[in-house]
Amino acid sequence: MPEKFEEIVSIISQEKIAEGIYDMWLGTEEIAAHAKAGQFVSVYCNDGTKLLPRPISICEVNKEEKAIRLVYRVAGGGTAEFSQMKAGETLRVLGPLGNGFTLGEKSAFLIGGGIGIPPMLELAKELNCEKQIVVGYRNDELFLVDELKQYGEVIVATEDGSVGTKGNVLDAIRENGLKADVIYACGPTPMLRALKQYAAENDIECWISMEERMACGIGACLACVCKSKEKDHHTNVNNKRICKEGPVFRAEEVEL
Amino acid sequence: MNMKVDLCGVTLNNPVMTASGTFGSGAEYSEFVDLNKLGAVVTKGVANVPWPGNPTPRVAEVYGGMLNAVGLQNPGIDVFCERDIPFLKKYDTKIIVNVCGHSTEEYIAVVERLRDQPVDLLEINISCPNVKEGGIAFGQDPKAVEAITKEMKKYAAQPVIMKLSPNVTDITEMARAAEAGGADGLSLINTITGMKIDIHRRNFVLANRTGGMSGPAIHPVAVRMVYQTAQAVKLPIIGMGGIMNAEDAIEMILAGATAVSVGTANFANPKVTEQIVDGIRDYMEMYKVADIKELIGAVHDR
Ligand SMILES: Cc1cc2nc3c(=O)[nH]c(=O)nc-3n(C[C@H](O)[C@H](O)[C@H](O)COP(=O)(O)OP(=O)(O)OC[C@H]3O[C@@H](n4cnc5c(N)ncnc54)[C@H](O)[C@@H]3O)c2cc1C
Ligand SMILES: Cc1cc2nc3c(=O)[nH]c(=O)nc-3n(C[C@H](O)[C@H](O)[C@H](O)COP(=O)(O)O)c2cc1C
Ligand code: FES
Repeated sequence: MPEKFEEIVSIISQEKIAEGIYDMWLGTEEIAAHAKAGQFVSVYCNDGTKLLPRPISICEVNKEEKAIRLVYRVAGGGTAEFSQMKAGETLRVLGPLGNGFTLGEKSAFLIGGGIGIPPMLELAKELNCEKQIVVGYRNDELFLVDELKQYGEVIVATEDGSVGTKGNVLDAIRENGLKADVIYACGPTPMLRALKQYAAENDIECWISMEERMACGIGACLACVCKSKEKDHHTNVNNKRICKEGPVFRAEEVEL
Repeated sequence: MNMKVDLCGVTLNNPVMTASGTFGSGAEYSEFVDLNKLGAVVTKGVANVPWPGNPTPRVAEVYGGMLNAVGLQNPGIDVFCERDIPFLKKYDTKIIVNVCGHSTEEYIAVVERLRDQPVDLLEINISCPNVKEGGIAFGQDPKAVEAITKEMKKYAAQPVIMKLSPNVTDITEMARAAEAGGADGLSLINTITGMKIDIHRRNFVLANRTGGMSGPAIHPVAVRMVYQTAQAVKLPIIGMGGIMNAEDAIEMILAGATAVSVGTANFANPKVTEQIVDGIRDYMEMYKVADIKELIGAVHDR
């Protein structure tokens, strides 16, 4: 049975939820039914000069409505094109892709930095355990905070100190004396690196979602690798494909 | 209506194949395309031992194309023979193994290892712009092209297709050298060396600084080179470079290609190879072409 689907999906709604951040629900045939937290989709541009699909994390899944939600930042031409689209228009999407998070029952930190926050929403929904959701933003342009609050305690950090702890997600964890047995994280590489170290020092399990430039998105082209501690079964070298074996890895498995 | 073509003595069900490095060994794309519908699968370049490839970022999008500097990461010939060949044998398609190496000895080691394998054709990559030694060094000097071709012919059990680089002044010179060395066929074009700079960070986008350009922006260059090569040598040619749809594939065949390889287009549309086969069939019906061989090299002046 195939697990990945290329579909023309229709935009159910699109809304700007913070400066440069857009929130889009897509109606799918099969993708929603097969999607889980931590997976992503490849979104193709309509502009034919832009050939490569844009990888975007699945922020939320609504299986009843067969819908998936993407929350994304306008970073360049492709995401700018998506942000101009309206309800009723269509996009070509491939997914769900990647492995997704491995769910457990231990008390968990869900940590998102910036545009790494969206996948934490579906994860918070799917995880059935004690959750502390720590999210870091640049400034007071917050997004998804109220929705995350439905699923656990939310702790906010901002770089400029305008909301919550001034600093990053680790500053917020330390300032509030928070503790948990497992970390699930997505965000910029320096944040992931710091969390990997924090997890090692405190001897806690740590899962991180990684990012790399992609071409095929399905494991064929070897564009998107990261260095791994062990020899990977597929590549037979110390490289793992982020689009296939990832994007979620045990922090100690990969180099950052 | 006949879509079968003869490539170096091997009959392909149709002329549509995959371009090396863009399709792995077919396993991933088999979720989207029926490999039985393709003329052949051309595998990612494989060396005698595993290669880790280049640091990331390995790809960058450019206007109408992309740059890649994957650096020929591959699991080595042993894993390839144990895993990838048996996988492809399950399908009614031909298997073309793309071979890479840093030195003549390394190329020979792979070709020898493949002697008793159920592989239909070998495509020897002497044109990769992304590895420091080997690769393109063999492909930019006609004497070196002839010498490596001779060596391959000495050790290979299967017909040998030499894959040429467009990063040369005169591609026909390289094509003639390969023919003189005894090549059974030619593949062209590999990627065109390019560069992309991030003006905000003022750095190179690719870790390797330079990368090979592919995609629709290089298609006219590829068509021209296939045409010139077809005029210069008698060998069958596999045409590639920016084929995005059946029209592009037919253009390549009219320029003189016996078969075509589809690369970057897979990234934009995972089902494209199968769609190109269907599109060529539609074209043949529309123009009442009974045999696809009538189209090979059929371009003429207006
Ligand atoms: C697994 C994964 C999940 C992601 N999830 C999200 C998400 O949920 N929300 C969100 O806003 N962004 C996410 N991103 C980042 C997003 O893919 C890029 O912001 C987007 O591709 C930029 O495209 P563009 O055309 O707007 O920018 P441009 O800079 O014009 O893009 C040019 C090329 O670079 C690639 N590219 C640029 N930035 C990135 C990047 N950071 N990562 C990978 N490729 C990049 C593009 O895909 C394109 O091929 C994710 C990336 C990955 C790898
Ligand atoms: C990501 C990528 C990896 C490639 N790897 C190889 C390779 O391993 N060996 C090879 O001979 N050519 C390789 N190529 C070149 C292609 O086979 C092809 O010659 C070139 O991309 C032009 O065709 P296209 O425009 O259809 O992609 C690679 C191209 C790309 C884009
Ligand atoms: S993007 Fe092609 S292997 Fe991951």
